[in-house]
Amino acid sequence: MAQDALARSTSPALRLPTRTRTKKRQVFVGRALLYIIAIAASILFMIPFAWTIFSSLKSPSELYMFPPRWFPATPRFENYAEVFAVAPFGRWLWNSVVVAGLATFGAVLSAAFTGYSFARFRYPGRNLIFLLTLSTLMLPAEVTLIPLYLLFNKIGWLDTYLPLIVPSYFGGGAFLIFMMRQFFMTIPRDLDEAALMDGASYLRIFLQIILPLSLPVLATAAIITFIADWNAFLFPYIILNDKEKFVIGIGIKYFQTVAANIDSMEPRENLLMAAGIMMTAPIILLFFAAQRYFVRGIVMSGIKG
Amino acid sequence: MTAGAIMVGKRGLGLRGREALAGYLFLLPWLIGLLCFTAIPMLASAYFSFTRYDVVNAPEFTGLKNFQEIFTKDRLFWKSMGLTFRYAIIVVPLSLIGSLAAAMLLNQALKGTTFFRTFFFLPHLTPVAASAVLWAWMFNPDVGPVNYFIRNSLGIQDAPGWFRDPQWAMTGLIIMAMWGAIGGNTMLIFLAGLQGVPQELYEAASIDGATAWAKFRNVTIPLLTPTIFFNMVLGIIGALRVFTAAFIATAGGPAYATHFYALHIYEKAFKHFEMGYASALAWIFFFVMFVFTFIQFRASRRWVYYAGEVND
Repeated sequence: MAQDALARSTSPALRLPTRTRTKKRQVFVGRALLYIIAIAASILFMIPFAWTIFSSLKSPSELYMFPPRWFPATPRFENYAEVFAVAPFGRWLWNSVVVAGLATFGAVLSAAFTGYSFARFRYPGRNLIFLLTLSTLMLPAEVTLIPLYLLFNKIGWLDTYLPLIVPSYFGGGAFLIFMMRQFFMTIPRDLDEAALMDGASYLRIFLQIILPLSLPVLATAAIITFIADWNAFLFPYIILNDKEKFVIGIGIKYFQTVAANIDSMEPRENLLMAAGIMMTAPIILLFFAAQRYFVRGIVMSGIKG
Repeated sequence: MTAGAIMVGKRGLGLRGREALAGYLFLLPWLIGLLCFTAIPMLASAYFSFTRYDVVNAPEFTGLKNFQEIFTKDRLFWKSMGLTFRYAIIVVPLSLIGSLAAAMLLNQALKGTTFFRTFFFLPHLTPVAASAVLWAWMFNPDVGPVNYFIRNSLGIQDAPGWFRDPQWAMTGLIIMAMWGAIGGNTMLIFLAGLQGVPQELYEAASIDGATAWAKFRNVTIPLLTPTIFFNMVLGIIGALRVFTAAFIATAGGPAYATHFYALHIYEKAFKHFEMGYASALAWIFFFVMFVFTFIQFRASRRWVYYAGEVND
C-alpha cells in the first residue's frame, strides 16, 4: 500500500529508473484487473435478479418465446396486481409480518432477560445451565421437529400461529442469548450497583438502565431474528394447513405448485417471479435500512463463536 | 460485596440470596423453554425412535426394529445419506474458497467497495424459497437464460436439462447454493478476519521480499485459520441439513436424484406418518453430525492457529 502511494506521488515519470516504471505499470494493470473481476462478479450475481424482474413484467406469451428475450415489449406492472387476485398473497404477506413480528419481539425480549441473568447474577448452577444452553446450538432442529409437531397436535395448536410464536417467548434460542450475554458483560457493573444501593429493584435496573444502553444489540438481534422468521419454511409448512393462514414462504410453494399451473391455460411464471420478488423485497429494504446492525451481528457471531 | 453482611433483604434473605433469587427469576422463561421445547421433545423423540407410531394409534414399542430396518432394508436411507454427503463435499469447499476470494477482493480498498459488497450479498438475503423458484426458472431447459447462454455463446447444442434431468439436478442445486453462499455471511466473516490481520506482518514480509502469493500463503492463511475453521464447521452443518432448496426446486427428484437426508426424514414423518421410524432417522442424523463436528474439533488442533494461545 505504501509503495503504491509512493509510486503515485513520485514525479515526473520520465526521470524514474525503468524498474520503478514497470513496477508502476504492474500495479496499474493489477488494479485494473481487480476492478474487472469485481464488476464481472457483481454482474454475475445480479443476472438472476435481472432475469426475475424482467420475467415478472412479461406477458404470458413472452415467457416461452424462443429465442428468449431479456426485456418485455411493454412492461406489465399489472402482473403484480394479478398475483393478489390468483392467490391470497396479501393475506400471506400480512400473516408473515404479524407472525415474524410477534415472534421476533418475544425472542429478543426473553433472550435479553436470559442473557442478563447469565451475565449479571451469581447463583448455583449458572455455569452448568449456560453450558447446556450453548450445547443446544449443536442440536439439529430435525431431532425436535417431530416431537414438537406431535406436541402441538396433542394440544390442538396445529393450523394456528401459536407454535410459530409462543416458543419464542421462552428464551429466544441459544444464539440470541449468547449474543445478549456477551453484550451485557461489557456494560460496567457499577451502574447496576449504584442503582441497587439507591433501592431500585433488579427488574427496574434491567428495564430502565440496561435495556436503553443495549439498543444496538437489541436491533441486531431483532433484524437477524425477523429475517430468519420471514424466511422460515419447514416448520410453518408442517404446522399450517389452511391456505388463508399461510405465511409467505409456504405461500410461494403453494403458488408454484397450484396457482401457477392448475386452472390456467397460459404460463404464469411471470406471476411466480413477481411473487418471489415481493417476498424478497421487504428483506432487502430492511437490510438497507439497518445494514450497520446487520453486518455487526454477523461479524460478532463469527469472531466470538 | 462485604456490604451483603450488613444489608439484610426485605424477606430475610441476604443480598446474595436476593441476587440468586432474581437471577433464577430472570432465567425462568428460558428454563421452561429449554425443558418444554428442547429437553422433553428430545427425550420423546429418543423414545419414539424405538416405537412404531402413526399418530392415530398409541406408540407401540418395537425395540431396535426401526434401526435394523433403516440399516438393512431402507435403500433410500443409504442413497439420501450418500447424496447429502456428495452435496456437502462439493458445496463446502467451493463456497469457502469463493467466499475467501470475494472477501479478499473486497479488502483491496477498491473504489465502490460498498456497492460490490452489496451486490455480492444480495443473493444471500434472498429467501431460499424465493431463490428456489427463481433458479428453477433460470434453469428452464428450453427458454431459461442459462441454457440459452450454453447454446449460443458456448455453442453446445446438447444443453443440460437441469432440474428435469437426474444427471444434472444436483449440479443445478449446487450452483444455486453457490449463488447464495459465496457473498453471504461467510464472506462477511472472512472480511472481518482479514481486517484483523496486523498490517505490520505484511510490511515485514514485503521488506523480506515476499511475493504476493508467499504473503497469502504464510501470513493471511495461518492467521485466518480460526475463521476458516468456524466457517467450515457451520458450512458443513448447513450443507448436511439442506432441505428447502431441494424441496421447492426439485422436490427431491427427478428419480430421487436430489432426495437429501432431510427430505427423507420429512417424507417418512409427514407423508407416511411413520413418526417412530422418522425419529430414528433424525437421531442417526444427529449422531452423524455430532461425530463430524467432533472430528473437526479434534483435527483442528493440527491446523488452526490461535494467535492468543501462543503469545499469552
